Amino acid sequence: MERSLLAPGHRACAGCAMPTTIKLVLDAAGPNTIVVSPTGCLEVTTTPFPESAWCVPWIHSLFENASAVASGVEVMMKRRCKDTNVIVIGGDGSTFDIGMGCNSGMFERGHKVLYVCYDNEAYMNTGVQRSGSTPFCAQTTTTPPGSKSSGNPRPKKDMPAIALAHRVPYVATASVAYPVDLRRKVKSALQTNGPSYIQVNAPCITGWTFDAGTMVEIARLAVETGLWPLAEWVNGELTGVKKIRRPKPVQEYLKVQGRYKHLFKKPDGGDIQKEIQTIADKNIAKYKLVD
Amino acid sequence: MTANMKVVEGSYAVAHAVMCCKPDVISAYPITPQTHIVEHLSQMVANGELDSEFLTVDSEFSALSVLVGVSACGGRCYSSTTSQGLALMYEVLYNASGMRLPLVMNVANRAMGAPLNIWNDQQDSVGARDVGWLQIYVEDVQEAVDATLQAYKIAEDESIRTPAMVCMDGFILTHVYEPVELLDKERASAFLPEFRPAKILDPARPMTFGAFADPSTYTEFRYQQFEAQQKALGKIESVAREFQETFNRYYGGLIDSYRADDAEVVIVTMGSVIGTIKDAIDAMRAEGKKVGLVKVRCYRPFPAQALRQALKDASVIAVIEKDVSIGAEAGLVTDLKSSFYNSKLRIPIIGFAAGLGGRDITVKDIRKIVERAEAARKGIESEFEFLDLRWEIL
Repeated sequence: MERSLLAPGHRACAGCAMPTTIKLVLDAAGPNTIVVSPTGCLEVTTTPFPESAWCVPWIHSLFENASAVASGVEVMMKRRCKDTNVIVIGGDGSTFDIGMGCNSGMFERGHKVLYVCYDNEAYMNTGVQRSGSTPFCAQTTTTPPGSKSSGNPRPKKDMPAIALAHRVPYVATASVAYPVDLRRKVKSALQTNGPSYIQVNAPCITGWTFDAGTMVEIARLAVETGLWPLAEWVNGELTGVKKIRRPKPVQEYLKVQGRYKHLFKKPDGGDIQKEIQTIADKNIAKYKLVD
Repeated sequence: MTANMKVVEGSYAVAHAVMCCKPDVISAYPITPQTHIVEHLSQMVANGELDSEFLTVDSEFSALSVLVGVSACGGRCYSSTTSQGLALMYEVLYNASGMRLPLVMNVANRAMGAPLNIWNDQQDSVGARDVGWLQIYVEDVQEAVDATLQAYKIAEDESIRTPAMVCMDGFILTHVYEPVELLDKERASAFLPEFRPAKILDPARPMTFGAFADPSTYTEFRYQQFEAQQKALGKIESVAREFQETFNRYYGGLIDSYRADDAEVVIVTMGSVIGTIKDAIDAMRAEGKKVGLVKVRCYRPFPAQALRQALKDASVIAVIEKDVSIGAEAGLVTDLKSSFYNSKLRIPIIGFAAGLGGRDITVKDIRKIVERAEAARKGIESEFEFLDLRWEIL
């Protein structure tokens, strides 16, 4: 195997899905790539000056402007007649929330930029606070369960739908547990003439709390329960989904993560589990995940 | 008016100057009174007169962020903004200077809300004095044109590598029609070398931009920026002289003065109000009053030494400025006092906030300020005041 374009020695937690995601993305993209990243775990674990884990050109500016910076990079590459991949890799905080304005602008202007969101469903770099991507009733440090709270009160924001509403010609969801699928999607995205968006389910060991060795299993459970459908849209049409042979009950996914442990203690926990099962069932029906 | 002069709108003249600087990418967001500059530029691009990419973005914040990406790839950049737009850029201002990306931007100076006010003062850019950008304040449209070309040469110099704002009073200079000598494209190209930075985002030579620095290295980044601004003091002066040799115009490098040599009362200020002050000085001189002017052209880096030298023989100094540091006087007067404190100079300095939110500063106002300054020679009653307050509406 060729040397990875993300060097070892970075400071991400053992069992973190983010570096694995980056490696898979870069593996598919190759060295003719410029990466733009917003502020977040990725940036602080891979670039403590004067060290850097990046073997491709990489730039970080601010938390909320990666898409705008990438727009500038793409425009300059085009102006210099260079066919270089321009990829944003950012977490859900910058993607779903604070960077939404810049993301919308980049999508709408049609820059040929691949935006990869490693989605760990909360603000992990600042210590596990709720983001617009946090799923229903997950515990975070700003949505703690208590006598008057069952965790995050809102469902997860549908970011792929927002990308599709901008007529982004290539949109996909992916998972760190399905590396072949992820690499293929990155390649498809990079061949797209225009913006593309891939949202990768990327479990966070400290935020979700699970055993370090089980990260891939947990990501796979998200897919197998129907909570994280693997889908692909080309020019606005749903062109592919990963079928599930026999959907697993969401309880199997919830019970192995600390962020859901209150659902197994609180009196209303059973009802909430049923509501989360309904979310999975709706996904299964909407995307026809089961033949 | 020489043969090469044309009567044009200030915004057009600046846009024409930008065209002569041949930026790779222009990115801006409309906001009054800056908008005409980028409208003219987009027309130049549409007409094929200017080979630049023009990006219409979703905010001023995005406009400057786009240029961070462009500049990191080695492209020459241009933007312009004002007031609320500059405030929205605030985070990117620090970022661009910290990453040593030599962006150039015109600021069409305008008041900050609330209350909402679209008219001229300089609160916006004076309020951004600490963000690490060079700041040049111009007196008229011709100087705005010339300073824009100069700004690229200064900012992009390998020893400086610091972004620059050319600040021109909104409406007063952006919307005025006056005779201007537009830049000659070929002479401008000869004056301004191509931008070829050594360190860029390039897959052939991968580099990391924007790494984070912990307490063991952060201070040194700031020190290097500070040092670059100190070097810019010399560069701004030498570029102004070089410009004079090529174009035969000179406005002072860091500062300039008018009838200040034997002046007892010296007014210190920045921007377009200087025209009015010169008229007032001429009138007062005719009456035998020894009044003069020192113009601060470069506010960042702050030309402390040049100002001490220019003001050393004054009996009293009156600073007029279109900004307030709410709670502590105002920018220019504070900086001037600070630059005098450890010197042997003991000259009374008083400050006036004037022309806020577009209120006119008249010759009568200048006379009033000079009277106050003369009184202050015998003892300062008030170190800082708002000129011409309308007590009847307070």
